[in-house]
Amino acid sequence: MRDRDGARRIGRREFIKWSLGAAGLAILSTPFLSLANRAKADASSPAASARQAAAKPARTIRDWTMVVDLKKCDGCVTIDSAPQCTQACINGHFVPKGQQWIQVYDVELPGGGKSFLPTPCYQCENAPCVNVCPVAATYHNEDGIVLIDHKRCIGCRMCMAACPYHRRFFNWGEPEVPPEAALVEYNPLYPVPAIRGTVIKCMFCAHLLRDGKLPYCVSGCPMKALYMGDLNEDIGTNGAEVVQLSRFLDENDAFRWKENLGTQPRVWYLPGHGQSFNRSADDPRKLQAPVWSWGGDGFDYQIDPLTWQKEPR
Amino acid sequence: MRARTESASQRLERVALNPLARTGTGYRLFVLVLLAVLGWGAYAFVTQLRWGLVSTGMRDQVIWGLYLVNFVFFIGISHAGTLVSAILRVTQAGWRTPVTRMAEMITVVAISVGALMPIIDLGRPDRVWHIVVFGRFQSPLLWDILSITSYLTGSLIYLYLPLIPDIALMRDRLGRDASVIKRRVYTLLAVGWRNTPEQRHRLEKAIGIMAVTIIPIAVSVHTVVSYVFSMTLRPGWDSTVFGIYFVIGAIFSGIASIIIVMVLFRKIFHLEAYITERHVRNLGYLLLVALLLYLYLTVGEYLTTGYKLQVEDKHLLELLLTGANAPWFWLFVIAGMVIPAFLVIVRRGPVIPRMVVAAVLVNVAMWVKRFVIVIPSLQVPLMPFDFGTYRPSWVEWSITAGAFAGFILIFAILAKLIPLISIWEVAEDEQRREPAPLAEAGERSGLRPEEVEALVETALRERRRGQGVR
Repeated sequence: MRDRDGARRIGRREFIKWSLGAAGLAILSTPFLSLANRAKADASSPAASARQAAAKPARTIRDWTMVVDLKKCDGCVTIDSAPQCTQACINGHFVPKGQQWIQVYDVELPGGGKSFLPTPCYQCENAPCVNVCPVAATYHNEDGIVLIDHKRCIGCRMCMAACPYHRRFFNWGEPEVPPEAALVEYNPLYPVPAIRGTVIKCMFCAHLLRDGKLPYCVSGCPMKALYMGDLNEDIGTNGAEVVQLSRFLDENDAFRWKENLGTQPRVWYLPGHGQSFNRSADDPRKLQAPVWSWGGDGFDYQIDPLTWQKEPR
Repeated sequence: MRARTESASQRLERVALNPLARTGTGYRLFVLVLLAVLGWGAYAFVTQLRWGLVSTGMRDQVIWGLYLVNFVFFIGISHAGTLVSAILRVTQAGWRTPVTRMAEMITVVAISVGALMPIIDLGRPDRVWHIVVFGRFQSPLLWDILSITSYLTGSLIYLYLPLIPDIALMRDRLGRDASVIKRRVYTLLAVGWRNTPEQRHRLEKAIGIMAVTIIPIAVSVHTVVSYVFSMTLRPGWDSTVFGIYFVIGAIFSGIASIIIVMVLFRKIFHLEAYITERHVRNLGYLLLVALLLYLYLTVGEYLTTGYKLQVEDKHLLELLLTGANAPWFWLFVIAGMVIPAFLVIVRRGPVIPRMVVAAVLVNVAMWVKRFVIVIPSLQVPLMPFDFGTYRPSWVEWSITAGAFAGFILIFAILAKLIPLISIWEVAEDEQRREPAPLAEAGERSGLRPEEVEALVETALRERRRGQGVR
């Protein structure tokens, strides 16, 4: 495998693959091998086709990248509302109550002030979650996005343990979604309606990108702080302006969260605290919680042993 | 001479086969209680199947809980069998013979119960077959499945092989009133054992091969169990020492489990002549060795992270040493390390109760230790948010209780199906130890076996001391 700059590289994935391939061959008895081969040959499943795509040395068609300009992100406190990216995501995906696929966090600044940090799934190139999945239910698609096949996921939550960004969620009980979600036909690109007992997360609105549209969060951001782009074509947009991605990243001192882990996220941040909209760093206004218009308990309940009914935790 | 060995072997048979022949009301009541607990656990599992994992205390931050703790714990005590029956066999430790059968039983039962835990933990247990169809070797979970199934298969074979002569014996000793099914099963399982020299030679060879084979498998099992954790980027889990740390921890709790089971069966089924103070004491020393190794690794683990104090490690250490998990952590240190060490080292008071207390403390503390390995690392915030919380729900506690009840129940049933001590191997040992066993001399003079043992020990000590002076 080669880096974007063409340098030869042995990643963790490679290391695991080779050392385990050797050990696995030694341990495995033949029936297991034949089963594994059958699974590989089953090209009709999205995960298998993704695996085949990953085996090809050719570069991917798209290299989707998100840029978050923190100078423009005020956590939507100046417009006195919940973060609109989160809200748009919830409305667009019928996100089960209790989950925020793109979540905005407070980050404390050295002087006591704070900035805001919107965090979608980082769609890491070297994704720890993809490495550990025992059934290839989570995988990279052709465009580098990390998807989940919810019809295959067994709910072991190994990927959640592996994700160093806490960007994965679990449908602990029956997901609470509005009735119209049932009209949608399930697709890993647009995992609606959510399925109980499986892991779920942001998928960069792969279904919208495929149609040349911007993700819900990007188009939902009133401050135009989120940019969606393609590094292969070196172009990105927030819906109002178009930028040359590589220059845009360089000139604005872009950084990635926990860069040192080597996960190579596809989400970049431009440092700031909402100053473009005159938000001062010590602005005391707090983030507001998003709203699930269809209501529900948000997995914040337990089951009573005798009545077998929901009760608050 | 011949007459004496004859009577010794008869007594061996009587003692070893007695539990199989007679069943008291106490036993029946005990099984009923276990079945009740198991039933309640099953009810909890049905609740979980109906409502989903929302019925547990796990949520998005603390994504694993008691089930994984139990998994590591049961797989841990499964190392009992390997240690005693394989390592001691390979190193030809003569005193192991009466203990091997029980140790290997612990192994088989503990793996079976332990392997169920991750399946109960799945969000979609109905899709567990996906692992076979879509399994991929990059995932540590698949390494687990491979090595645990290998271990279970190997341990079953290793339990079965030394059983063959004993099953043949049971087949031959079946009374006239024994049912046809029982007779058929024993005949089938005895695979035509006639105790010919050639059969014996082959059996011993097979056992030897299995004893050597099972050791690397056992080591691999707990290594890859630890890899489920250490292949992630979590504080506390992201550690290179985890493989050996888990292996030593497993052996540690494994030895403790053997001591408990051994003493219990000795008491219940009157095996005093065969399982003596010496066995308990020797296992106690092994326990101390494992304890010291585990202590060493524990200190090393926390010292190396605590010295550098990376942010997430700092959070974790605060949680463990002074924070929400401190009671559990210190319970482990005191009940699992300090007190048992003193109980073994300070040789005051009767051996058996002392070792049993140490072993029970170690097993409780090692369960707690697994809890403080699994939970606090998940509580540490990975992003700028608060610490996660975890309170196991009644469903998790019930399933845990059910798992323990099931573990004991299978044991209780097995005790009625197969002899708890390997009759032919013990008989062989006794023959080798000519002249006639001291126990018989003691019987004639009206002494109990322990008393004879104690007398012999004192005599030997005196002799050694005498030699030292000279």
